[in-house]
Amino acid sequence: MSAYKDKDARINGIKDQIRVVPNFPKPGIMFQDITTLLLKPKEFKDTIDMFVERYKGKNISVVAGIEARGFIFGPPIALAIGAKFVPLRKPKKLPGKVISEEYILEYGRDCLEMHVGAVESAERALVVDDLIATGGTLCAAINLLERVGAEVVECACVIELPDLKVCYVAKFSRQF
Amino acid sequence: MFAAENGLRGDPRLQGISKAIRVVPDFPIPGIMFQDITTLLLDHKAFKDTVDIFVDRYRDMGISVVAANVNVGIEARGFVFGPSIALAIGAKFVPLRKPNKLPGEVISEAYVLEYGTDRLEMHVGAIEPGERALVIDDLVATGGTLSAAVRLLERMGAEVVECACVVGLPEGQRRLDGKPLYILVEPRLSVNY
Repeated sequence: MSAYKDKDARINGIKDQIRVVPNFPKPGIMFQDITTLLLKPKEFKDTIDMFVERYKGKNISVVAGIEARGFIFGPPIALAIGAKFVPLRKPKKLPGKVISEEYILEYGRDCLEMHVGAVESAERALVVDDLIATGGTLCAAINLLERVGAEVVECACVIELPDLKVCYVAKFSRQF
Repeated sequence: MFAAENGLRGDPRLQGISKAIRVVPDFPIPGIMFQDITTLLLDHKAFKDTVDIFVDRYRDMGISVVAANVNVGIEARGFVFGPSIALAIGAKFVPLRKPNKLPGEVISEAYVLEYGTDRLEMHVGAIEPGERALVIDDLVATGGTLSAAVRLLERMGAEVVECACVVGLPEGQRRLDGKPLYILVEPRLSVNY
């Protein structure tokens, strides 16, 4: 489901602040740059407020953010809804014991890690990232949380690239 | 300066913040007692207190920019604190990143590592000359990355009002290249989790 289909007045203001950078990080990619949104306090606050309004009072105790841009949106949401913030990181960044989930990239694989003990069984969790493309990293995040017994209530992203959601639609429709 | 010496002596929130930080020995290399702030993020009250203390200090200082390092070395996790502070004081948030992460035009500043150097980048046009800025990080050790951040902001004409960190060494610098350094707690020296 998408907020823009509900026509909240704040949506256009948020969209207008996102900058598109062509051919980054490689030719052919139209990169959706959210850093320009962060330069506008009102629109940045509107972004967070929209997520908080949706998730407050739903007994969500965990907000998991995907490195690195999920760390910008996740903590303010967590603070506002009274949840913990759990960073999901690339390998070897988190100290201490971790669990690890591999996922497929266009060429090759990557890996997402979470601290053992950060999330307990039966906790209700939200996953946050700036953008969903194929959904590969979000699926890895969901798997990490489900492996420790959490219930992933929803995945929340600022931007959706609708053309790229191929193999993962079936998985997401179970959650949404 | 430490928060306890600067108006917050005896503030029970500081103890809660310190206790919530986990020490991980021998990470990333043997001999380092790593100050892991991820356990602070799991403690909603302690995390909120951390942000509130910074917000109370900075909200009336006319600060329009909060800048933070991300993914620079192992230590820098200013990303998890900076945006919340920026939102609460009505300032922009500007991420400072390793090379090739920020799209579009950037300026770049070198900083020294134990072995070798690395670079920190900021978007051109993110800030305007004359803006008053705060630099936030989770931990200050040598101050190398904070100094690089200060230089980047000053090259774009900003006035860096202060550098703020959650954890800092007591015998370390009280000022960073002439900028005041505000620290909430000292590092924990023994394993607590």
